[in-house]
Amino acid sequence: MITVQHLIKTYNKGTVKAVNDISFEVKDGELFGLIGPDGAGKSSIFRMLTTLLLPDSGIATVNGYDIVNDFQNIRNHIGYMPGRFSLYQDLTIEENLEFFATVFNTSIEENYDLIKDIYVQIEPFKDRRTGKLSGGMKQKLALCCALIHKPDVLFLDEPTTGVDVVSRREFWDMLKKLKNQGLTILVSTPYMDEAGLCDRIALLQNGQILSIDTPAHIVASFGDILYSLSSPKMYKLLVTMRAYDNMNSCFAFGDSLHLTLKDNSKKDELYSYLKKSDFGEIEINQIMPTIEDCFIKLLKEN
Amino acid sequence: MRQLLTFIRKEFKHVFRDKKTLLMLFGMPTAQIILFGFALTNEIKNTSLGIMDLSKDEVTRQIIRKIDESKYFEVKMYLENERGIEQAFKRDQIRAAVVFPANFAQELRHSNKSQIQIIADASDPNAATSITNYLTNIINEYQLQQKSALVAPMQIIPEVRMLYNPELKGAPNFVPGVIALVLMLVCTMMSSVSIVKEKELGTMEILLVSPFKPIYIIISKLMPFLIISIFNLMIILLLSVTLLDLEIKGNIILLLIASILFIVTSLSIGLLISTTAKTQQNAMMISLMGMMLPTMLLTGFMFPIENMPLILRILSNIVPSRWFFIIIKNVMLKGLGIESIWKELLILTFMCFSLLTLSIRKFKIRLQE
Repeated sequence: MITVQHLIKTYNKGTVKAVNDISFEVKDGELFGLIGPDGAGKSSIFRMLTTLLLPDSGIATVNGYDIVNDFQNIRNHIGYMPGRFSLYQDLTIEENLEFFATVFNTSIEENYDLIKDIYVQIEPFKDRRTGKLSGGMKQKLALCCALIHKPDVLFLDEPTTGVDVVSRREFWDMLKKLKNQGLTILVSTPYMDEAGLCDRIALLQNGQILSIDTPAHIVASFGDILYSLSSPKMYKLLVTMRAYDNMNSCFAFGDSLHLTLKDNSKKDELYSYLKKSDFGEIEINQIMPTIEDCFIKLLKEN
Repeated sequence: MRQLLTFIRKEFKHVFRDKKTLLMLFGMPTAQIILFGFALTNEIKNTSLGIMDLSKDEVTRQIIRKIDESKYFEVKMYLENERGIEQAFKRDQIRAAVVFPANFAQELRHSNKSQIQIIADASDPNAATSITNYLTNIINEYQLQQKSALVAPMQIIPEVRMLYNPELKGAPNFVPGVIALVLMLVCTMMSSVSIVKEKELGTMEILLVSPFKPIYIIISKLMPFLIISIFNLMIILLLSVTLLDLEIKGNIILLLIASILFIVTSLSIGLLISTTAKTQQNAMMISLMGMMLPTMLLTGFMFPIENMPLILRILSNIVPSRWFFIIIKNVMLKGLGIESIWKELLILTFMCFSLLTLSIRKFKIRLQE
């Protein structure tokens, strides 16, 4: 279990507020996600909870141990995968894994079942030096190394950054499995589409939490009707829509526009507004909002 | 214990897989010892010599043969007149000339006195001084031999003995210095870089967030360099004995113990540097720039400390290599025992412990900010 109360962390003598009065709680066996763009303060939170940084103020505990005073106890019971790739480039896959297993007082054989699903994928390359691996393989190895000692709490700082889509999905499948084995997992990601895979998430921006809830609740709290617009002339469409009186919010979202209206009863007006210009074939659908929609909306409200 | 051994094994792998580090570790000491031992000595070897013998008698021939037989000189040419000597000098064919006047042996027999002129190329004044000294020595030696054969009038001849290095070889002066310098630089640099490397790579984050105690991290980081440095020391000693004709006069065990003490001291300095350095480059700069000059200047093997200004003499006391230099000179060259170096050993032990304690206490158990 992780509890965080009013945690504050500043850099450069207080001029940069990386983490600004953050409180949240991660229950036992929960897969909790910190979602936010780069610079939102995710890594700082991770480093404080893994006892690598001291907070300016505030209290936090991991499994009941205080992050400042009981740091040694915490270090004995957690697994941590830093955001930057941190394995020895000049050692092979097997040597890295063996090293971290030994440092954490265990062996590959002892906890092989824990990492088996991931490790079988990189095992064919076990004699290759880590520096020569692809991003996805490095990430899998790093996860193996973080898992090998069967930690109670797992801290994964942006584990899927720089990893291909297939590997990312596999990675999250593995996290689900680990969670089902009873591990408490705190994970951070800048990818909004991964947020829905967590039990609960905290949306972060500029060192502050915008919202904490289950992904479903966050989506449900969007509280607006969301339309998706697409046409062959996307840029023109965006410019036109931004000039529309009844537009509440409008932004490009992949290959479509996401749009909310100030007055939803005037929806028919939208069609006539669009017909004035030639956009080719326009598609308008009412859609379910995603976490990213909610995040952007929360950003606007703040 | 198993953890520690695995960690140490990992450190060895880092060293042996990094060709550059490896080259520096083993290449530097060998290169330096050969460089200092051979190239940078001011000793004279096989100096080309010109002879102008106007007498051509038995005595001059004997002296010439004696000069030629010594390993310092090689008689390159016989010259007939002063102009020939000048030309030979100008063409760089000889570095010194010996002139025997006419009727040399005759003069010697009659008046017990005779003169030899030695002309040396003093564009390199140190070499010229050495050359004339050596020549004078050889001639004096010959004179002595002759005198003992004859019953000659009593004559007091001052005998100058060069202690510990009677032949004025260059190597004995340099070898202890090189040992001190190389060990100091290699150990300091390697240990500082190897710890900063973990920080730079980000692996320090994982190591810190592990049950592995920081003190063990330090031990396993320093261990490979301790072993490699001892190995290096062996190479240097071996090279000194075989290549530079130096003999180790004292107790080799005592020498080793003192060296290990010095190595650990140097490693601790590196450790201390690593606690403040942020990048490998940074660490390298501090240990190279910060260590090279004081070690070279204040160790005493290049410039005698006694002749330095007071402030430098005081400063030299905190340079560990200065004390180690004395130890190694006393044990290796003079063959003295522990009674002559206990003071230096004590100083080094004190330095070693305080540096080690300081750097362990300064070792950051959290990330730097």
